[in-house]
Amino acid sequence: MEHYNMNLTLKVWKQKNSQSAGRFETYQVKDVSSEMSFLEMFDVLNEQLIHEGKEPIAFDHDCREGICGTCSMYINGRPHGPWHGTTTCQLHMRAFKDGDTIVVEPWRAKAFPVIKDLMVDRSAFDRIIQAGGYISVNTGVTIDGNAIPVNRDNAEKSFAAAACIGCGACVAACKNSSAMLFLSAKVSHLALLPQGEIERKKRALDMVAQMDKEGFGSCTNTGACEAVCPKEIEITNIARLNREYLSAGLSADK
Amino acid sequence: MLDAKIPAGKLEEKWNNYKGHCKLVNPANKRKLEIIVVGTGLAGASAAATLGELGYKVKAFCFQDSARRAHSIAAQGGINAAKNYQNDGDSVFRLFYDTIKGGDYRAREANVHRLAEVSVNIIDQCVAQGVPFAREYGGLLNNRSFGGTQVKRTFYAAGQTGQQLLIGAYQAMERQVALGNVEMFSRHEMLDVVVIDGKARGIIARDLVSGKLERYFGHAVVLCTGGYGNVFYLSTNAMGSNATAVWKAHKKGAFFGNPCMTQIHPTCIPVSGDHQSKLTLMSESLRNDGRIWVPKKKEETRRANDIPEEERDYYLERRYPAFGNLVPRDVASRAAKERCDAGYGVGTTKQAVYLDFKYNLINKYGRTEASKQGIHNPDQETLIRLGKEVVKEEYGNLFDMYEKITGENPYEVPMRIYPAVHYTMGGLWVDYELMTSVKGLYCLGEANFSDHGANRLGASALMQGLADGYFVIPYTIGNYLADEIAVKPIPTTHEAFEAAEAHVSERINTLMNIQGTESVESFHKRLGKIMWEKCGMARNEKGLKEAIVEIRALREEFWKNVRVPGEINEMNPELDKANRVADFLELGELMCMDALDRRESCGGHFREESQTEEGEALRHDDEFMYVSVWNYKGDESWEMLKEPLNYEVIQPTQRNYK
Ligand SMILES: Cc1cc2nc3c(=O)[nH]c(=O)nc-3n(C[C@H](O)[C@H](O)[C@H](O)COP(=O)(O)OP(=O)(O)OC[C@H]3O[C@@H](n4cnc5c(N)ncnc54)[C@H](O)[C@@H]3O)c2cc1C
Ligand code: SF4
Ligand code: FES
Repeated sequence: MEHYNMNLTLKVWKQKNSQSAGRFETYQVKDVSSEMSFLEMFDVLNEQLIHEGKEPIAFDHDCREGICGTCSMYINGRPHGPWHGTTTCQLHMRAFKDGDTIVVEPWRAKAFPVIKDLMVDRSAFDRIIQAGGYISVNTGVTIDGNAIPVNRDNAEKSFAAAACIGCGACVAACKNSSAMLFLSAKVSHLALLPQGEIERKKRALDMVAQMDKEGFGSCTNTGACEAVCPKEIEITNIARLNREYLSAGLSADK
Repeated sequence: MLDAKIPAGKLEEKWNNYKGHCKLVNPANKRKLEIIVVGTGLAGASAAATLGELGYKVKAFCFQDSARRAHSIAAQGGINAAKNYQNDGDSVFRLFYDTIKGGDYRAREANVHRLAEVSVNIIDQCVAQGVPFAREYGGLLNNRSFGGTQVKRTFYAAGQTGQQLLIGAYQAMERQVALGNVEMFSRHEMLDVVVIDGKARGIIARDLVSGKLERYFGHAVVLCTGGYGNVFYLSTNAMGSNATAVWKAHKKGAFFGNPCMTQIHPTCIPVSGDHQSKLTLMSESLRNDGRIWVPKKKEETRRANDIPEEERDYYLERRYPAFGNLVPRDVASRAAKERCDAGYGVGTTKQAVYLDFKYNLINKYGRTEASKQGIHNPDQETLIRLGKEVVKEEYGNLFDMYEKITGENPYEVPMRIYPAVHYTMGGLWVDYELMTSVKGLYCLGEANFSDHGANRLGASALMQGLADGYFVIPYTIGNYLADEIAVKPIPTTHEAFEAAEAHVSERINTLMNIQGTESVESFHKRLGKIMWEKCGMARNEKGLKEAIVEIRALREEFWKNVRVPGEINEMNPELDKANRVADFLELGELMCMDALDRRESCGGHFREESQTEEGEALRHDDEFMYVSVWNYKGDESWEMLKEPLNYEVIQPTQRNYK
């Protein structure tokens, strides 16, 4: 792989806290190596800012391996940037060329208020899980693992849905700020397993109710979420959720 | 002074006896008892969930924005359990034995045996929670093999086992949050332990969003804050992983066990330049199918694929014919370093070796697949195509990750890999009950020193974290709290809380007021360089002594010249980092002191003065069969205590992989 260096112009959203108004700031970054990750480019910029006595840019990140779901930058109009199926931290500077201007914003959604600069509050996702995103078993009271066989096809589909990293890119991409892809991934993960069968109706109803309460919009099937999801969670999960929800609504005692 | 509180009786009966005789707390009293759990990775989330289910009032803390993002999420390969589902001769004893031997005979028999016993319950529990483990066509659980063992006992979910286990524990904990048994504080960082009359009674935490310091009371405090590999700056740990919680506890009287025991993982993507912020692991499971080599010629300029077979040095297969590419992590790492130091390294930095899949792509997978499909005399191209498909299923996500990071396609060209800091076996010293030397202060998961001796085997950290959280702490903490039921919650206006908060606040103010010229990051990098060069894969007396002097000087410079921008009472990631790096600058010194004291090689700790003629690690059981337990005496001085290790069941021998 040929390496190269580039000079870039960055337009980055700066916002002191949730109360204050934000604005774009423009920065020049020089000699960025094509081998850097996108976040390493931000590290370099922040080092430069600190040396100049300026405020660095606050952004969320932790694993830098595409698995924790913490990083969350809206890059050139797309959550996590230009590479398909890739988180911000796994995006590398090879994706850009000398002289490019890159615009970076936080996730924008009513349910995800900005904390500072590019950091947002995604605790609404935790509350959706609290509403029913689990199987109600206490520690230590269960049976042998192999006493619950699972059809391999279902196990694979369940795993594929469980791969969601809770990053919120689906919400950020959706014009309605709907959390349906995230929610449907959790409902599918559990509904596809025999262990999750017992609570499936209540789970779907309760989680959807919480989602509405948090101020996420409704789903109009635009497919924007699936297109940007770094874990390639499929939109068929939303169809499954809708079926679960409908059948639960029909049969639940109201 | 050092009592590990190991129950009497036969090894295999100790845990059952303990459970049968420990004190219990009745349900009404449990509701009056408050427990603080710091850290919600595998160890902390499983502990918080379980203690909440039991009826205790739990407060849980993590610094990420959600418990689901703890570093445990990144674990790739799998989790061990002695289920013997494969009928290949596994048993609790064998898992116990492998773990003790893998740890190069520097772990406690009783703890490790308990770990092996409860490993089977972990899998049952996780399945019940809906963890989507890999399965066979018949619907039953599948296993893979890992290093250091001869059985297949590793349960997995593709290359995302940690993620799936953590989501399971996280969901169990969120259920308790919904039920009101656990209160969760995310984006909070613990900055001190509050000790009253010799017992842990609470913590001081900083709300990272508002920057405010807060006080929390607990009848007991449980630290589950992970490992300290980031002392080295570059490691496979998440960026936020830190030692602050255990370090503060250490300074409040909790002993530190085996601080120098660090695991360096042989297969990670090498450093690409000065901008490097972290290193990425390529799972150990890849060594099952990849062959490691370097060119036989120094200063080789040809591309890997242009170097003919006879000009390649498969040095692991050459040096260790019996184990070949599957020698344990410490051995594989040192061998890679040896080749690179001798001038045979590859890539632009020459600090890398090749991990090559071509051979098995063709010969193992390609041929099996061809035979399955009834293709006779397949040509090279067909073999490669068929082999690729299988490899994709097994390791697809890792190969993709490699390509994203390096821009090279590992199906076509060999991976370039180099060892990197990965795990810390050392940690807070705990007794059999997982209690530190401070009463009522517990330590679970990677943060404690307990089960892995001088080298951890693959797929055993997840096992230990969940064993501690789901199955050990619920019993052992009850044994302590049973005597605390009469203690009323202590108001956080108590002078000990006042003093602890004042201390934390003063330190933060000092940090902010230095307003020097160098960034926190630059100090961290310099510390990492000292640690890696002098307390890394190979250590010697001279280097360690120099390192101690250099770290002290660096620490002094830090406190004179660091620049922390922003304000105290706001979200300020630079300040968070400054707090953590300040602690690394102290811990690094203790690690070097410990490494200096241990004048033997064992597991991941390699003292150049103590090696065999062939350059292998040489243990000295007569002198060093102990856990080094460091007691902080104040003013940057320590006293070292020794916990002797008594092997009653297993006979320690010199490891041999030739
Ligand atoms: C890339 C990688 C792959 C791995 N793969 C495997 C594998 O396949 N199998 C295996 O067995 N092991 C594996 N390991 C090791 C294993 O993942 C870890 O040892 C284990 O997950 C640690 O769990 P833990 O709960 O102890 O700590 P962590 O998961 O690190 O959690 C620490 C918690 O403490 C919190 N915390 C820390 N400090 C503070 C503070 N001051 N205040 C408040 N909260 C704090 C954090 O927010 C977090 O919630 C791997 C490790 C790495 C790096
Ligand atoms: S569904 Fe995809 S985009 Fe949405 S939170 Fe999960 S991983 Fe992120
Ligand atoms: S930092 Fe963890 S997914 Fe990007």
